[in-house]
Amino acid sequence: MVMWRALVQRELQLLGRQKADWLNPLVFFLLVLSLFPLGIGPEPGMLKQIAPGLVWIAALLSVLLSAERLFKDDYRFGVIEQLVAGRQGLFSYVTAKICCHWLSTGVPLVLVSPLIAVLLGLDWQSWQVLVVTLLLGTPVLSLLSVLGAALTMAADKGGILQALIILPLYIPLLIFASGAMEAAATALPYTGQLAVLLAFLLFALALVPLAVRQALRMNVG
Amino acid sequence: MSIILAAEALSCVRQDRVLFENLNFQLSAGQVLYIQGKNGAGKSSLLRLLAGLTLPEDGQILFHGKPLFAQPELYAEQLLFIGHQSGIHPQLTALQNLAFWSALTDQQLADPYQLLGSLGLAGLEDIPCFMLSAGQQRRVSLARLWFTNKPVWILDEPFTSLDQQLIARLEQHFLQHLAAGGVIVLTSHQSLSAAYPELKSLELEYRW
Repeated sequence: MVMWRALVQRELQLLGRQKADWLNPLVFFLLVLSLFPLGIGPEPGMLKQIAPGLVWIAALLSVLLSAERLFKDDYRFGVIEQLVAGRQGLFSYVTAKICCHWLSTGVPLVLVSPLIAVLLGLDWQSWQVLVVTLLLGTPVLSLLSVLGAALTMAADKGGILQALIILPLYIPLLIFASGAMEAAATALPYTGQLAVLLAFLLFALALVPLAVRQALRMNVG
Repeated sequence: MSIILAAEALSCVRQDRVLFENLNFQLSAGQVLYIQGKNGAGKSSLLRLLAGLTLPEDGQILFHGKPLFAQPELYAEQLLFIGHQSGIHPQLTALQNLAFWSALTDQQLADPYQLLGSLGLAGLEDIPCFMLSAGQQRRVSLARLWFTNKPVWILDEPFTSLDQQLIARLEQHFLQHLAAGGVIVLTSHQSLSAAYPELKSLELEYRW
């Protein structure tokens, strides 16, 4: 636990030094969403109808954008090599990375969601559902993008490769998250979709850290 | 004296080139294995094999008489590996880097300021490592050797970019570690100057 806390602290120190890593995705998210009312027209009915898909597509892309550099520096400067050789700290390192990635990309999306609700003309009920889907879905986004980053860290230009690996895995998430929001907008029950999102989250939480650890080992060996 | 680390008929192939084959050595407590060879002769590859990062093409590595692959966790607990890259994140300060490595190895670092000061880094503890010179970064990386309790040290070119004074200090520290029953495997293009009680040299030839 002491070790884990120190590792989280290190990630937070790095995020503090490299602010672009978490500010860029957030700014990207806001920019994309603020362009839609301008491009499609500010008619509230129309925006409200497409809002669920829009918010989630923007969230997917912005999280993907943030993940590319995740392991690059640690790989280049030999930190990962030495972690793999030392073995015991590797799993804690992976979980600390995932947690801090979510804190720095998922949580800000939840925090700016009231602003999104205003931009896209969402009502109170829809905003609530948006927040719940973001809280359940963004950790899955983080887990999967950390996995993508771990698999591609040794590749020179891994960005597109990572997108190709990870985007197909995002698609079920996109369908159920926007499905929940659409159901809520038409006053239908949406707990089913939320339950599926929760299942995704628990499943990913159980398996992805192990897969990431294995991917790091593979890339070093 | 019991043999801590041994290689039996070890061979290594990289990109269809045989770097070395049928390599044997035995290291007991208190011994240094000093690996020499031209650039590209396979020194770093041998160290990566010994650190358990890669698997040998043929042969095996024994730790306390048992093959490495049968006890990777046990071996890793006893091993301190500093590779060709320093393991120092340039965006973090010397203190933050040390805190990271001490947390990972469960070693309490009583007084990091004193340690960094003794390595000639007084006053530089709180600036990001990318602002330090290459030799100073190397010192931050090697500072780990002063608060570890692992018996097996595998060091890839530890003397690179260090000045004479610090090299002497480092070799003194090596002697202490050996006297306490540790073993050291290291590569270097520089000759070792301290009087090691038991020095084993291994020369790797560059092969086509």
